[in-house]
Amino acid sequence: MTEPLAKPNRKNPLSRTNQPLLPPSARSRKAHGLTLAACVGRFMLQCCGECGRYTYPVREACPNCLSSNLRFMDAATGGTLISETQIEASGDPYYRGHMPWRTGLVRLDCGPSAVVHLHGECGGPGSSLRLSLQLDRAGQAVFFAHPISETPNMEDDPQWRELTADPKDRRVLITDGRSLVAVALARALGKAGAARIFVGVADGWKPFDERQALEAIEGVELVDLDLTSERSVQELAMDIGARVEILVNTADHVRPAHLFEAGAANSAREAMDHTVMGLMRLAQAFGPVMRSRGADGAAGAVAWVNVLSVHGLSSMPQFGVHSAAHAACQSLSQWLRSELRQGGVRVINAFTGPLDTEWFQTVPPPKVAPRMLADAVVDGLRRGLEDIYVGDVARDIEARLFDNPKAVEREAGQ
Amino acid sequence: MNLSKARQGYNGVVLAVPVTVPYERYSIETAHWWIGKALRALAEGTGISHRDFDGFSVSSFTMGPDSAIALTQHFGLSPRHLDHVPMGGAAGIVSIRRAARAVQAGDADIVACVAADTNQVDTFRKTLANFSRFAQDASYPYGAGGPNASFALIARHYMDAYGATREDFGKLCVAQRDNALKNPHALMKKPLTLDQYLSSKPIAEPFHLFDCVMPCAGAEAFLVLREETAKALDLPFVRLLSAIERHNAFPDDPIQVRGGWVLDRDELYAMAGAKPDDMDFVQTYDDYAVISMMQFEDLGFCKKGEGPDFVRANTFTIDGSMPHNTSGGQLSAGQAGAAGGHLGITEAIRQLLGTAGATQVKEAQLGLVSGFGMINYDRGLASAAAILARA
Amino acid sequence: MSGDILGSLAAALAGGSIKVVDLTHTLSPDFPVIVMPPELGQSAPFRMERISRYDAGGPAWYWNNLSFGEHTGTHFDAPVHWYTGRNLPLNSVDTLPPADMVAPACVIDCTQQTSKDADFLLTVANVTAWEEEYGRIPARSWVLLRTNWSKKSGAAYANLQSDGAHTPGPDAEVMRFLVEERGIIGFGTETIGTDAGQAGHFSPPYPAHHYLHGAGRYGLQCLTNLDQLPATGALILAAPLKIQNGSGSPLRVLALVQERSTG
Repeated sequence: MTEPLAKPNRKNPLSRTNQPLLPPSARSRKAHGLTLAACVGRFMLQCCGECGRYTYPVREACPNCLSSNLRFMDAATGGTLISETQIEASGDPYYRGHMPWRTGLVRLDCGPSAVVHLHGECGGPGSSLRLSLQLDRAGQAVFFAHPISETPNMEDDPQWRELTADPKDRRVLITDGRSLVAVALARALGKAGAARIFVGVADGWKPFDERQALEAIEGVELVDLDLTSERSVQELAMDIGARVEILVNTADHVRPAHLFEAGAANSAREAMDHTVMGLMRLAQAFGPVMRSRGADGAAGAVAWVNVLSVHGLSSMPQFGVHSAAHAACQSLSQWLRSELRQGGVRVINAFTGPLDTEWFQTVPPPKVAPRMLADAVVDGLRRGLEDIYVGDVARDIEARLFDNPKAVEREAGQ
Repeated sequence: MNLSKARQGYNGVVLAVPVTVPYERYSIETAHWWIGKALRALAEGTGISHRDFDGFSVSSFTMGPDSAIALTQHFGLSPRHLDHVPMGGAAGIVSIRRAARAVQAGDADIVACVAADTNQVDTFRKTLANFSRFAQDASYPYGAGGPNASFALIARHYMDAYGATREDFGKLCVAQRDNALKNPHALMKKPLTLDQYLSSKPIAEPFHLFDCVMPCAGAEAFLVLREETAKALDLPFVRLLSAIERHNAFPDDPIQVRGGWVLDRDELYAMAGAKPDDMDFVQTYDDYAVISMMQFEDLGFCKKGEGPDFVRANTFTIDGSMPHNTSGGQLSAGQAGAAGGHLGITEAIRQLLGTAGATQVKEAQLGLVSGFGMINYDRGLASAAAILARA
Repeated sequence: MSGDILGSLAAALAGGSIKVVDLTHTLSPDFPVIVMPPELGQSAPFRMERISRYDAGGPAWYWNNLSFGEHTGTHFDAPVHWYTGRNLPLNSVDTLPPADMVAPACVIDCTQQTSKDADFLLTVANVTAWEEEYGRIPARSWVLLRTNWSKKSGAAYANLQSDGAHTPGPDAEVMRFLVEERGIIGFGTETIGTDAGQAGHFSPPYPAHHYLHGAGRYGLQCLTNLDQLPATGALILAAPLKIQNGSGSPLRVLALVQERSTG
């Protein structure tokens, strides 16, 4: 049985905070095919388009027929453990801090053998295993082998926890409590074991219906946070920055505007101020302290989640300002990701289709219910994803963008 | 389809002037410094200027960014046979094979084969982190245990499959330490008992401290030349009877249980006109005892899976039933990077020249040297072996 | 008064017999701004972002960039702010006659009513009652509605309910009366607007804006310290920023108040 995660003790003020280090991160360009799969929680290996054989490690030509037509294809997730070891010594500073480390060689059901990280509850050689591709602290794809069936507390396995962003025992900041999704998110995170859920509320003098619902959730603490105010963001970070292990940015600002309308620039500026500039202010205030706490114990800083519109990936003209703002957020999130990665803190983007809010009243269904988004975010944290597509519209756009981004653009809004 | 024709023998090819530049655990020098030391010792041992070596074959992990051509200018060499053999523990025998054909054909007269590596404080970690594309993509990120972790997987599987025990591995390690105590150049100078071996700290199960080689700085070198050249220079020499190499054999084995020797050993013995039993000593590539055991099997000293019994039936000491790694091998002499595969060759030359001193096997006439190397991903890719004879 | 009025004034200011009262709230990001339905354009709140503070952005100096809507914090409304004043001459803050920036004030204290009723509306009857005590409101003077609303903050100050804001202000008739029959120069309040919170439902909607600006008069809102002013006799200095075509601006509002001798 996996040792259940002990409630983190209060920090000893006399001990230095453990500094974040990263596992070895050099990879070949082709190997990022695995990264692509790991980001969305898929299990893909190179498969030869000519002879049909799967191959691993990632390479440039099929060792069976020398075809260069090696595409990353979904593969069976099963495998058999051939051998295992428990590494007790390493020259690598990251792993030195995580000894012992269990790895194994697995014969994948699809053919090749792979060195993998082993969950503590995997049986010895000969055992059947389930494989997944995960992103490690360096943001690089690695294989992880799980036992076939659930075991008690399996999510608390220390090696698994390094590859995920489980909210259990972590403190969360939801940046915009007025967001439609805030209540559902707070509930889902609470249910997932978050130790504390700070919920930012801008303009506390403006009443809002969800205040009571938020206050009723155990562990929730409302805090002043206005993403359009540098001072507000900075002051909150001074108060609680060192206590936030997962930040969920729910900021949004949807206002319809026509590109040729005189007021469109104002709408755009407002939207950008709430979203892009808000994200930037958050990054400046919370980024450095979160990055520095990436290895602060078993419940150190681990993830930054942006709730973004899938239309940030391809404009929806009726909501052109919104699309542009979220496109900018997506770009900024990549920048943030490269900064936070140095601390082993992952940036997750949850791309959602239109939420079921008054601002998307005129958009036909299917729409995303807050609960669906909240569950998807918690699931993404627990599985350590990087890109989450929430709802049928977002998944449709994801698939179509992969297929032909120009088609998505031409058909948008039709 | 068999496209092969019978191989030409190595008639008239000899090896001479075994050089060991004494190892150091850590060195502030570069690989070039160690290569220079080795070349100088070769020249002094030959009695001619190093500028008269018209062949140069070099192996090193740490000579970057240089390649062999840069070293010619660095050391003032003007060779007409130039070789860079980045094949780790197989590099020595691969160098011999290439040099032998060059001197046989007259493309070169005297080939200096040199392997050297430095070991600065962080060299080993950096070498591991940048070892190969497959290692970088698919093995090093998994615990960064390096070859210890990779071979631990192979060892654990070998134990499961063939019943080898840690005591078996330990027996080889202890025997090599006994041998090393007679080698003044060996880094390990204290006796090792089986108890100490068994109770040492774990590194990567089933490996513990004394299963692992100690990375160090050092150089090994020798000359490959024609018999008449050696005689003209008045150099004592040993004969090259046969040599094999094979890379990435058995790629479909899900985990390594054998090396390429299996494919080529019949030819190895046929060319030499000898059998395993005829060997007066064996120098295996001992990055881990399990790999030595695999070589005993794959080179025909016993059958596959009988390695453990073979170990239990022999002593492996210099004066024992199966003199093995008489210098102490890498496990006790130290692993000077790419020179690890040359260590067995220089020791074998000394044994057959009768100049091995305290490690001398009495009346050694015939010896086998084996090379193995390059754990590119999950297994050692290169295997090689040579049989040498007293002249 | 002697011939040297300004000299006397200066002496009185120096001697303390005339004191200067600051009627202005501190401009800060937290101060509420008017809330419009979200699909309409919104006033930008006050924001301050640092350019440098003796750091890499400027080693020896401290300064900030500011952004805010014209109607933020304690601010001035010019006639062009409302459609009723859109065609008047000199209707924007840059063309505002400087003489209008200095004017006397009548302060109508309604704190008793507003302490009980957030929706209290000033009526002609209230004004008439005030005039009975203090005399007729002189033309070209400010009328300032004292409600103690400036002593509230945050949610209580904005007092937003699901049906909109509930804050005191003038009814429609009193605004027509003050502008047309008393000729006031402007109307000032402690609340977010010159109009009551529910004034959108009045006829005409937002009567203070409607009548004041339609007649070329001015508004002041978000005032504070009105409790330090006498009912009559204070002199208001209210000079908005000179913004081209500006409809209003945050400003510093000062009142000169003569100490009454109690002897």
